[in-house]
Amino acid sequence: MPATFFIATIVLYFAGTGFFLAYLLRRSEALSQVSLSVTAVGFLTHTLALLTRMLEAGQVTLASFHEAMSFFSWALVLVFLFVEIRHRIHVLGSFILPLALISLLSAAALPKEVPTLEPVLKTVWVHVTLSMLGTVGFAVAFVAGIMYLIQDGLLKSKRFNVLYSKLPPLDFLDRLNQQSIVMGFPLLTMGIITGAISAEFARGSYLSWNPEQLWALATWLFYFVVLMGRLTVGWRAKRAAYLTIIGFAGVVLTFIGVVLKAHGAVA
Amino acid sequence: MNIIAVGLSHKTAPVEVRERLAVPESRLGEALHRLCGYQGIKEGVLLSTCNRVEVYAVVDDVDAGFARVQEFLADTHLSLSSEQLTPHLYWHTDGRAISHLFRVAASLDSMVVGEPQILGQLKDAFEASLTHKASGVVLNKLLQKTISAAKRVRTETKIAETAVSVSYAAVELAKKIFSNLNEKTVLLVGAGEMAKLAAKHLINNGVQRVMITTRNPQGAIELAQRFNGTSIPFDEFRRAMAEADIVLCSTGASHYLIRAVDVEEAVRRRMNRPIFLIDISVPRNIEPAVKDIDNAFLFDIDDLEMRVEQNREERRREAVKAEGMIEEEVAASLHWLKSLDVTPTIVALRKRAEDIKQAEIDKVMARLGHLSAQERSAIEGLASAIVNKLLHGPLVTLKAEANSSGSSMYVEAAKRFFGLDATQLPPAIPAEPTQVRGAGGGAAPATALKQSDPSGEPEPKRA
Repeated sequence: MPATFFIATIVLYFAGTGFFLAYLLRRSEALSQVSLSVTAVGFLTHTLALLTRMLEAGQVTLASFHEAMSFFSWALVLVFLFVEIRHRIHVLGSFILPLALISLLSAAALPKEVPTLEPVLKTVWVHVTLSMLGTVGFAVAFVAGIMYLIQDGLLKSKRFNVLYSKLPPLDFLDRLNQQSIVMGFPLLTMGIITGAISAEFARGSYLSWNPEQLWALATWLFYFVVLMGRLTVGWRAKRAAYLTIIGFAGVVLTFIGVVLKAHGAVA
Repeated sequence: MNIIAVGLSHKTAPVEVRERLAVPESRLGEALHRLCGYQGIKEGVLLSTCNRVEVYAVVDDVDAGFARVQEFLADTHLSLSSEQLTPHLYWHTDGRAISHLFRVAASLDSMVVGEPQILGQLKDAFEASLTHKASGVVLNKLLQKTISAAKRVRTETKIAETAVSVSYAAVELAKKIFSNLNEKTVLLVGAGEMAKLAAKHLINNGVQRVMITTRNPQGAIELAQRFNGTSIPFDEFRRAMAEADIVLCSTGASHYLIRAVDVEEAVRRRMNRPIFLIDISVPRNIEPAVKDIDNAFLFDIDDLEMRVEQNREERRREAVKAEGMIEEEVAASLHWLKSLDVTPTIVALRKRAEDIKQAEIDKVMARLGHLSAQERSAIEGLASAIVNKLLHGPLVTLKAEANSSGSSMYVEAAKRFFGLDATQLPPAIPAEPTQVRGAGGGAAPATALKQSDPSGEPEPKRA
């Protein structure tokens, strides 16, 4: 059952991505409704996939990399739908859906079996959920940054094309960027703290100074500086866009490193 | 019964003629009354704006109707003779008249295609006709269809979405940088007309804080009063740029008033919040190098004009779509109009009665089983007698009223009483909605050629 829903979700996100990209490049607004509907149905099957998996396993299935990536993709679409309902910025889907699809595909590529957790790791899902939600914030900031740079470039070069007409105002994107970091950062902080606590229980030390943990801490520090810079010395607009793009690249690299090293094992 | 449209617009008549023909609102009632006083004119709507004066009327006879409406128009202004008027008028009947009305309402015939005022003006004209009882069943329904067709064009195309004036293009660009103009501040440097207009548009779009500076302090104070803003001494305005989200510059100065270093400083003091600069002066007053500064967006008059040209292009593209929609709507209206004719209604009514009768006979025969031929014919005779007697009244009335001024009302009533919807009626004459006729009789060869003119443009009448 979960597998069926999962595959249906991949198909739907794939279609949603296609529609949203077509929407981005075409003058007509007509495709936005199709894209949104497909995405909404995909989100529904995705939710069912996650729930049925938990019901079948009889535990909160948020421990393996597959589970984390699938959850990340789900939360990303959730945030998109939320912003869409509030602001009707359809074009956001053209950037978020591909990202959600990529995460879901990478989840599909990772080992899917439900891991058997040692009793001390029964609550590791708290760490995973918080970290992933924080990462979703950074991902949305990343997307807002990319959209900002595109719109900034179009305005500067006075190319008033279809993309220009569809992208939202610059200050909306800058605000989205800021809010995403403001929400994402504390979540990641709590994710790291709960992770350290889990590690203390599991291995007897909060921090084992391995490269992944160092990378994660470096990422955390980077976003801390980005956030402080914005709030104090005006690192907003273009600079914030660049910084959040670099930051998210760091997050992705960390994740790939961790996955490659652990090869599907529990974090 | 026919629908005609007679009138003139900015496309066919100079302003000297239009202004003399225009009917002020205060005299609309009197004019409508006079219009409907002519024999053969059953219903009328008079649309009078600064760009057009048009009469839409329901008439018994097209040629007589054209003549009456022309008389009416000529009488509207004493100093305007029929001969002076004629060369400027266009004449449309039925499909073409409806199509013209729809195109006018959808702002496809406007000077600035897509401008929104015309629909409101048309609604007012319609209201006036209703108030003065000049319009009846046909025009009322037609005007409703017109309004919904125009709304459809507005919602389904982008014909009215984009800016087609330089001053408005500034607003459109501002909205791509700032999502909410309410909390933004505009700095107006100089008192050029275009900049003032742009400032006005920005204020209309929510901007609440305006700062004004001109070389002549008195000018700034006066402008500040007009825009409900504050005036700033001219030699201090560069510092005020740190507070300004939008800078509108339009002075007669022959050098750069705002240099790149000024903008750099402003952006720095704004902590990188974007600043939008519009230079509407020629020669330019803002140093072009400003465009290379991060978070500063500079647009000059050429940029704005390019934007306007692109928008016009876009409107033209959308207008093509809109024309297609209008065609559909006209076909539907023609179908409805056709159904108002007496003959097809009588046919439909008879058919409906016959169908009911036959169905009931079949039912009762099946239930009664074996009947002699005599019994069968008695039952059939009974059914026919009831149906015919019941229909006698309505049919006689419809025939008698066929040519009266109230015919469409009776037809409409019959259709509602007997549940004859348009789909049961014979189809309307298709593919002939474009028919232009001269006032003086049958179509001459020259006008016949015009009938196949696919441009949809109103043609001035050939006298």
